[in-house]
Amino acid sequence: MKFNRREFLQTGAAAAAAGAVLPHAAQAADEIVVSQIHDQSGIFDIYGNPMVETFNMAVDEINAAGGLLGKKLKSINYDPQSKMELYGQYAQQSALKDRVSVVHGGITSASREVIRPVLRRYNTLYFYNTLYEGGVCDRNTFCTGTTPAQTVEKLVPYVTKNFGKKVYILAADYNYGQITAKWVTKFVRDNGGEVVETEFFPLDVTNFGPTIQKIQAAKPDAIVSALVGGAHLSFYRQWHAGGMKNEIPIASTTFGGGNEHIVLTEEEGNGIIYACGYFMELDTPDSKAYVARFAKKYGEKHSYLTELPTATYEGMMLWAKAVENAGTTDRMKVIEALEDNLSIDGPSGKVSVDPKTHHVVRTALIAECHNKGFRLLESHENQFPSDTAAFCDLEKNPNDNTHYEIKI
Amino acid sequence: MDLVAVLALEVLFAIASLALISAGLAVIFGMMRVVNLAHGEFLMLGGYAAIIATNSGINIWISMLIVAPLVVAAIGVIVERLLIRFLYGRMVDTMLATWGLSLFFIGLVTTIFGNTTRGISSPLGGATVGDYKIGLYKLFIIGVTVVLLAAVYLVLRRTKLGLIARGTMQNANMASALGISPDKVYAITFAIGAGLSGLAGALLAPLTGIVPTIGIAYIAKSFITVIGGGAAILTGTISASTLFGTINQLVTFQSSPVFGEVALLVAAVILLRLLPQGITGRFFRRSM
Repeated sequence: MKFNRREFLQTGAAAAAAGAVLPHAAQAADEIVVSQIHDQSGIFDIYGNPMVETFNMAVDEINAAGGLLGKKLKSINYDPQSKMELYGQYAQQSALKDRVSVVHGGITSASREVIRPVLRRYNTLYFYNTLYEGGVCDRNTFCTGTTPAQTVEKLVPYVTKNFGKKVYILAADYNYGQITAKWVTKFVRDNGGEVVETEFFPLDVTNFGPTIQKIQAAKPDAIVSALVGGAHLSFYRQWHAGGMKNEIPIASTTFGGGNEHIVLTEEEGNGIIYACGYFMELDTPDSKAYVARFAKKYGEKHSYLTELPTATYEGMMLWAKAVENAGTTDRMKVIEALEDNLSIDGPSGKVSVDPKTHHVVRTALIAECHNKGFRLLESHENQFPSDTAAFCDLEKNPNDNTHYEIKI
Repeated sequence: MDLVAVLALEVLFAIASLALISAGLAVIFGMMRVVNLAHGEFLMLGGYAAIIATNSGINIWISMLIVAPLVVAAIGVIVERLLIRFLYGRMVDTMLATWGLSLFFIGLVTTIFGNTTRGISSPLGGATVGDYKIGLYKLFIIGVTVVLLAAVYLVLRRTKLGLIARGTMQNANMASALGISPDKVYAITFAIGAGLSGLAGALLAPLTGIVPTIGIAYIAKSFITVIGGGAAILTGTISASTLFGTINQLVTFQSSPVFGEVALLVAAVILLRLLPQGITGRFFRRSM
């Protein structure tokens, strides 16, 4: 068969027109459709895969308990392959084609800022379940991860009390690291300490030799690290290789979130202090039951459960409870139900929504890396997201749509 | 004073690691004129070989110094026989073919080992210099690099194998007429180049960790060093590593790793503008 350009265009246009007038795959009346956008491949898959697993576990548990409002949940999983342009595309598809009731997704702050405006424009409810730098103020968005006021605020006093007041900051060179470094500086000063130096590293830097010499020249009492990703792991390796491991202690808000404690050897990782919202060894009945259910579903060699997958699970459960309370999946009614100080008892403890900021009040943990896991040092319940609350009041300004940053 | 000594050690280490990652490429690209864009992946494979061997119970020194170079040299022989030998004298074609090879290796290793960082902790621990701690492992890498470059020099200069290799690279037809099989010489030389890369990748693995895509971090620096060095592969590699390593490390110490890289690249651009044939195009012209 010969196919010239004109015929091709004609048939193509006809096919496209036919596709456009066909109705969308209509939602079955007995289903509620939700979607998740988490990287299952590419450089962020180490974060994304466990999040997908706990999200699916939450959906299955809700369905096993009879579903929501008498309907089954159906989840659509999108894999954006660690590419920002796919985040935008899948957010649009979720909102316009699948007409989902809620989107859970986004890992880095960059990916969140791709999804958030899209879902706001198309009035689709959005949950962001990752620890991040804080400051998002948007009535359509709920952030369930920890922010610096919850983790850094507890980590820094621990450091200044136990190690000393001179702190050296190492951070990843993008919005998370930059803003977190400012929070660390603020809390160090609030605790009567001093930041001797702050250094930022692009995500692909692997040579930390000169930095390690600079740290030794500055003689700090402790290092606070907000280093991110596989390349930055080299710092911990070279720190150990340089014989510095037991000389100056390290505390971090990120060490563990990307399985750093498992990838590094025991000698390299042991003793590093980590502040977070959850780690898998947490010894509470809710946490143990959650890990046991996860192990039953995914086998004994399952992923390590950090704050990210756990906040994803809790985010889904918060939304489900809000739908039950509202008696509908209508976006505004669900938002109002969430704003009614809604709370659940999750694996990490009590998690409740703060209506003014759309962030959550949750437990902050200080832990120490030990033999490829963590052990608990301090637990602080009901930590308020005071960083975001300093700028954001969605009760007064429901139309606010800003990502606030601290100024120092 | 201590700081100067420690900093000098860091500079030496930067020079040694540049020379180390470039040595294999100097043989394959400098001698054989094969633009090997899969050079970074040879380093990556060396790293994986060392880590897998160590984790399966082999002594770390044996895995790094013996297993890794042998494994990558064997891979080098296979690659040369299946791919490179059809492409000698066609520089652009070798570039395309090895680029494909690089993507293939990244895909293969990702499929087998996953897209996550792996590592082993570095042996030896630290030593104290005044107020400072230095990693003995870095001293070891400097030592290995010196020994390695000396060995390459001696093999090329003093042994029959070296003479045959140099002769074949200069004029394959003449070598063939004298009863030497250029095919065999090419295969052996390529394998040695690959083995050197494997050794370098294995030695650096404890300091950087390994991911399937780590080759990208090495490939540009290796090419810049070899091209900056010019025609004489040994003297060229050493002089270019010394220049670029010193600049990179001192600027990094004064400011940040970003500016260190920028300074290295600026130095390379200026160098190639002034000396298009590389350092040994002007100086040390009669060296090796």
